[in-house]
Amino acid sequence: MSITIKDVEHVANLARLELSEQEKEQFNGQLNAILKYAEKLNELHTDDVEPTSHVLPVYNVMRDDVIKPSVSNETALRNAPDEDDGQFKVPAVLE
Amino acid sequence: MALFDLRLQDVHSKLRTKELSALDLVESSYAQIAKTDESVKAFLTLNEEGARKAAAELDGALQAGGEQGLLFGLPAGIKDNIVTEGITTTCASQFLRNYDPIYDASVVKKLKSAQSITIGKLNLDEFAMGGSNENSSFFPTRNPWNTDYVPGGSSGGSAASVAAGQVYFSLGSDTGGSIRQPAAYCGIVGLKPTYGLVSRFGLVAFASSLDQIGPLTKNVEDSAYVLQAIAGYDPSDSTSANVEIPDYVSALSGDVKGLRIGVPKEYMGAGIDPAVKEAVLAALKQFESLGATWEEVSMPHTEYAVATYYLLASSEASSNLARFDGVRYGVRAENPDNLIDLYRKSRSQGFGPEVKRRIMLGTYALSSGYYDAYYLKAQKVRTLIKQDFDNVFKDFDLIIGPTAPTTAFRIGEQVGDPLTMYLNDICTIPVSLAGVPAISVPCGFADGMPIGLQIIGKAFDERTVLRAAHAYEQHTEHHKQRPQL
Repeated sequence: MSITIKDVEHVANLARLELSEQEKEQFNGQLNAILKYAEKLNELHTDDVEPTSHVLPVYNVMRDDVIKPSVSNETALRNAPDEDDGQFKVPAVLE
Repeated sequence: MALFDLRLQDVHSKLRTKELSALDLVESSYAQIAKTDESVKAFLTLNEEGARKAAAELDGALQAGGEQGLLFGLPAGIKDNIVTEGITTTCASQFLRNYDPIYDASVVKKLKSAQSITIGKLNLDEFAMGGSNENSSFFPTRNPWNTDYVPGGSSGGSAASVAAGQVYFSLGSDTGGSIRQPAAYCGIVGLKPTYGLVSRFGLVAFASSLDQIGPLTKNVEDSAYVLQAIAGYDPSDSTSANVEIPDYVSALSGDVKGLRIGVPKEYMGAGIDPAVKEAVLAALKQFESLGATWEEVSMPHTEYAVATYYLLASSEASSNLARFDGVRYGVRAENPDNLIDLYRKSRSQGFGPEVKRRIMLGTYALSSGYYDAYYLKAQKVRTLIKQDFDNVFKDFDLIIGPTAPTTAFRIGEQVGDPLTMYLNDICTIPVSLAGVPAISVPCGFADGMPIGLQIIGKAFDERTVLRAAHAYEQHTEHHKQRPQL
């Protein structure tokens, strides 16, 4: 399996990245090299192996539904690049 | 003897007898930073005003006869991917260059209650992605043993600042070796605890199933003290382990008689520098003379660990880093066409090349049509790698090998070749995938650069890891060497 420039563009779009032509070329080569190396994993038969997503036996963690202090509106907006009327401001979503 | 070479208990007794004050310790830290950081470049941000204020408060409390916390007065450096309220936290990324956290990470709260003093924030590879510190978007940190060499990474600033005597200890984070490998390269002690032992709340997430915070120190005793202060269950971290925390310091008995050590042949084979191998074998001889036994074992899936790790860690990273969208914090691109364009432009301007590369790799591995072939396959191989550890630990108490295949390399030597860079982590990555604890301790030098010995233990058996590391250290002088700066 080999990645093309078109694949790179598709993945960049999924990842919400805008790449220059030079970056596309570079990532195309590097990702192909890394994925080629990763094909090494196909040497192993894993049909009967359970996947490990987590090493500890920790499952859904619940907490009691009690009200606790939360951050103030002002604090929550402390790092906002743009704000208006106590809310994060973004470009219009709907035309 | 430098102030920071004093044992913790000696520092504390000098504080009690007023021979020394917390403010003296803080001033000593900033004096050493002023003297050495122009060449080492470990710090991104200093907390001078805050540290002096905290020291004065501690001195006042001691005067008033208050209790001394476990790490009372000790100057600490914090890796800059651990959030600190009121102190800029950048992750060494342009994306967060002005980020002002609204809370303290749980480990920072724990350090505050143990009464150490935050000196400043330490450099890293951007978002902890890298093994040399060259991926910092600000500047690379340099190895105190030779400033033409990398300090390792990603906790390179954390390791270099301890090696340079700028702080008493530091905190780092380890995803695939990011505490142990820089500790090895800089000739200090670095401990990656069992996954889940130390809360990750407030650690900017890279790969959530692997990330773990741990101490970087000059010796094993300090490592035990810092671990004691930061370990423990935290309801704010849903992956935090709810286990009882033992006494780590009392584990340092000096006795390793009867300990059974497995030495994986895969950790000592091709690609391992002969000088590193020789130093590890000499350490094993030392353990033998102390009454431990060792034999060669096989961990047959070791060679698959690096590929497994890069697929899993990059996949998790691509998901975790989706939060950096330019809306709530961080940089926001000017004049976007629409909301999607705002995300795209902000991320593209804010992230450096290695971060983009891993997001791309991870997004690809998780994308429709490739998920089974890459991500799921890697999760299955992770199971096999973990089983290698389970099998060896049926018959052995510890696994020992090198921390890294070589000593530190020159700055610039491996830039542009990500795959070679990734292979530097071949000895640390399997341990991260298995989630077990491991420590790197100094075990020699090759051409003037330090070598690290990796001691790996069973899950939550940090006591045995620390005991063995400490016993070894008591019979060697490597950890007492200091770089000339």
